[in-house]
Amino acid sequence: MNFSSKLLEDAVNEFARLPGVGKRSALRLVLHLLRQEEAQAVSLGESLIKMRKELSYCKSCFNISDTDICEICSDSSRDQNLICVVEDIRDVMAIENTQQFKGVYHVLGGIISPMNGIGPDDLNIDSLISKVNQGEINEVILALNTTLEGDTTNFFLFKKLKDANVEITTIARGIAVGDELEYVDDVTLGRCMINRTPYETVLAR
Amino acid sequence: MHLKKLSLVNFKNYEHAELNFSTGFNCFVGDNGGGKTNLLDAIYHLSFCKSFINPIDSQNIKHNTDFYIIQGNFELNEKKEQIHCGFKKGKKKQFQRNKKEYSRLADHIGLLPVVLVSPEDTMLIQEGSDLRRKFIDTIIAQFDRVYLDKLISYNRIISQRNALLKKFAEARSFDKDAIDVWDEQLVELGMVIHEKRVAFLHSFTPIFKKHFEFISQGKEEVSLEYRSQLAGENFKDVLAEAMAKDRIVQYSTAGIHRDDLICTLDEYPIKKLGSQGQRKSFVIALKLAQYDFLKSEKGYRPLLLLDDIFDKLDPSRVVQLMELVNGSDFGQIFITHTHEERLTAVLEGIDDVKIFQVGGGMVKDYSAKSITDDAT
Repeated sequence: MNFSSKLLEDAVNEFARLPGVGKRSALRLVLHLLRQEEAQAVSLGESLIKMRKELSYCKSCFNISDTDICEICSDSSRDQNLICVVEDIRDVMAIENTQQFKGVYHVLGGIISPMNGIGPDDLNIDSLISKVNQGEINEVILALNTTLEGDTTNFFLFKKLKDANVEITTIARGIAVGDELEYVDDVTLGRCMINRTPYETVLAR
Repeated sequence: MHLKKLSLVNFKNYEHAELNFSTGFNCFVGDNGGGKTNLLDAIYHLSFCKSFINPIDSQNIKHNTDFYIIQGNFELNEKKEQIHCGFKKGKKKQFQRNKKEYSRLADHIGLLPVVLVSPEDTMLIQEGSDLRRKFIDTIIAQFDRVYLDKLISYNRIISQRNALLKKFAEARSFDKDAIDVWDEQLVELGMVIHEKRVAFLHSFTPIFKKHFEFISQGKEEVSLEYRSQLAGENFKDVLAEAMAKDRIVQYSTAGIHRDDLICTLDEYPIKKLGSQGQRKSFVIALKLAQYDFLKSEKGYRPLLLLDDIFDKLDPSRVVQLMELVNGSDFGQIFITHTHEERLTAVLEGIDDVKIFQVGGGMVKDYSAKSITDDAT
């Protein structure tokens, strides 16, 4: 692509570095910004700079937060001794949307996958262990993806925590609500048959 | 199960062809390049949704045209099944069962089982151990879904473990906890897969031997030996022992992904010492044993496709082979051959035979003395 302006080219190249954005889309976005009022482009730029410079992570749960301790961790109505371990902020948002969880989170920042260059040292694991070792925590809920890597991370955490005096649970896996049995894959359905739930606990909800 | 009628449009060298089959033997005879194997390929296509010769659909279209259609009328458990496969250049392949489109091709595979014996099969004993593992795995996976699931997980862990070993080597470090978490899962999966392979070969080998003995008239003694590092060992110990080596070579050297099937003839490896005819008999017996397994799993007889099967075999083996497949164990059979006289000679005394003369993309129904190809 030949550009008549160096400034234009730089902006296009920066956009094209974003995931899912090619050169053509980048050019379209840049030209769009150019057509808008100047204030709008400036506000976009400023919010990006502010976001990158000022945003920080909660010192307790490692979720993205504007303050040292995030809103969830500082909420005194939540059970501080019930920790839900998740991969990243998207999972926190998903679980918060359910309004079914009144404990706090611990964001690992990824899952173990050597193929993607991520080992246990790259994750927020040590802080979770020291939190648990302080002895206040009653239960750790492992809520990671049900992939091989997610299961491996669960297993790793379990091995690290099993000697501490804490209950370790994992979220239920099975048939999605509203699904028909005949369309459920064999592996999932097989596990569902093994890990049955007492009917009374279903009634309570 | 059998195929009653096959029609082709613009498939490979066929502009248009329609064939009505016998429920017993169907023979395609003709010169090289006439299109005999293409007919087998069309039948294979209706079962596996792809060609066994060339998996690229656009290259299976007749030159200078832009689509092909394969259609087959099957009878399965006394019910009619019409399978339609159409492909147009640049479009998605259409695959229909009784006029209903499949959303996933994987849903179709397995409905109409086919076993193909082709000259390329000798690769199974000639080439690397991965082909032999795949041969075993495909058969087991057909009746054991959990096996396939475990195998996929196992292979994924091996990839992750190898990546970890590479990372250790690059960083000149070693983290026991990080590798243990993979190893412990590996051990559990590996042991299950190993046990299932042992159990499978325990029941598979006698069937294979029986077929080979019949073909060779007991002249040679064959055996299949399942060789695994896990045999009689605890996988955990095997892994621990291999660790030092794994760290040097930076990949996993121990496990069921290194298993092999040693094929021997009179106690020598057939890979090195068998003649072409012996190897051919060997793989035919393997394939026929696969047929038996598939049959008992499905509860009905798969189609048997024999491509150029008499090539390299001595006359006595050919006679034995025909006697074997003519028995009650096998259902509908499709054979290709270049020599009509030789074929009619070996088929003597067998009822329910139909011979098709194939050449230049045309098929003549020879035995019925009628012309079925409208192009002639």
